[in-house]
Amino acid sequence: MKISVIITLKKDVLDPQGKVIHQTLDGMGFDDVNEVRQGKYFEIDTKETDNDKAKTKVEEMCKKLLANLVIENYKIIDPK
Amino acid sequence: MKSSVITFPGSNCDRDMDVALKKFGFKNKMVWHADTELPKSDLVVLPGGFSYGDYLRCGSMASKSKIMKSVINFANSGGMVMGICNGFQILVETGLVPGVLLRNKYLEFICKNVFVKINDKQNKYFKNVSSEVLEFHIAHNEGNYFCTDNQLKEIEDNNQIAIKYCDENGKIEDEFNPNGSIKNIAGIFNREKNVLGMMPHPERMIDKCLSGDDGSLFFKNLINNLK
Repeated sequence: MKISVIITLKKDVLDPQGKVIHQTLDGMGFDDVNEVRQGKYFEIDTKETDNDKAKTKVEEMCKKLLANLVIENYKIIDPK
Repeated sequence: MKSSVITFPGSNCDRDMDVALKKFGFKNKMVWHADTELPKSDLVVLPGGFSYGDYLRCGSMASKSKIMKSVINFANSGGMVMGICNGFQILVETGLVPGVLLRNKYLEFICKNVFVKINDKQNKYFKNVSSEVLEFHIAHNEGNYFCTDNQLKEIEDNNQIAIKYCDENGKIEDEFNPNGSIKNIAGIFNREKNVLGMMPHPERMIDKCLSGDDGSLFFKNLINNLK
């Protein structure tokens, strides 16, 4: 089963990379952008076949390794 | 005094640290990250470098390596653990010291000498250091110290800020902050002050002819405090 995770920076955390991307987009003519925040995307292919169990495990992975909860939030996308 | 320097895949200041520790009288052992047992040590050092290629987040992989279980136990039982640069990043990922190190504010890799002011001397690392301001070297891409408002209040209340970026006279201003760190923080302690994480490299300042001598002050003082 494949489970996807999106990690984003929390609201109050400065994202200099996002800012530079925003400036570059501005320079390219995409001048209606309010803000850009950069994040990370993971696809985890697990042997687990039970949907809920797999999600619980991935949640543990997020808390222990994939995200640093001081600055990041994670969102697990429901497997289809 | 016995010390151990942990080598992770991608560490590159481990040998410099070995040279520095030996120069000032430590009997140092190099310890591989995949080992599980820590040799008997009075000081454990997590050196600078780019452990695991800085994948995911700097220090995140190294913080989960086998030897780190022993290092964390050692620290939690009062052992002296010092993380320099990437070692600091590893320490924040273990949770031994609060906060995180973000990408530098202006997105550039910074490699230069800086001055730091010692903020707290009630600890074994800086007690009796003869100078208030030290010149160290920094070389990092992710040294922008960040923590939540609650954490900041806690570390300020407990005097956990070890050193702050300043000018040569010890003046702490935004203009002397190289990387955007909150409150110019260059290094912090855990609550008990046996664990120190800092971005600057004292081990690069142990030879007057090559670089500078303030690292010598630091190491001489450290070994005296541990005796």
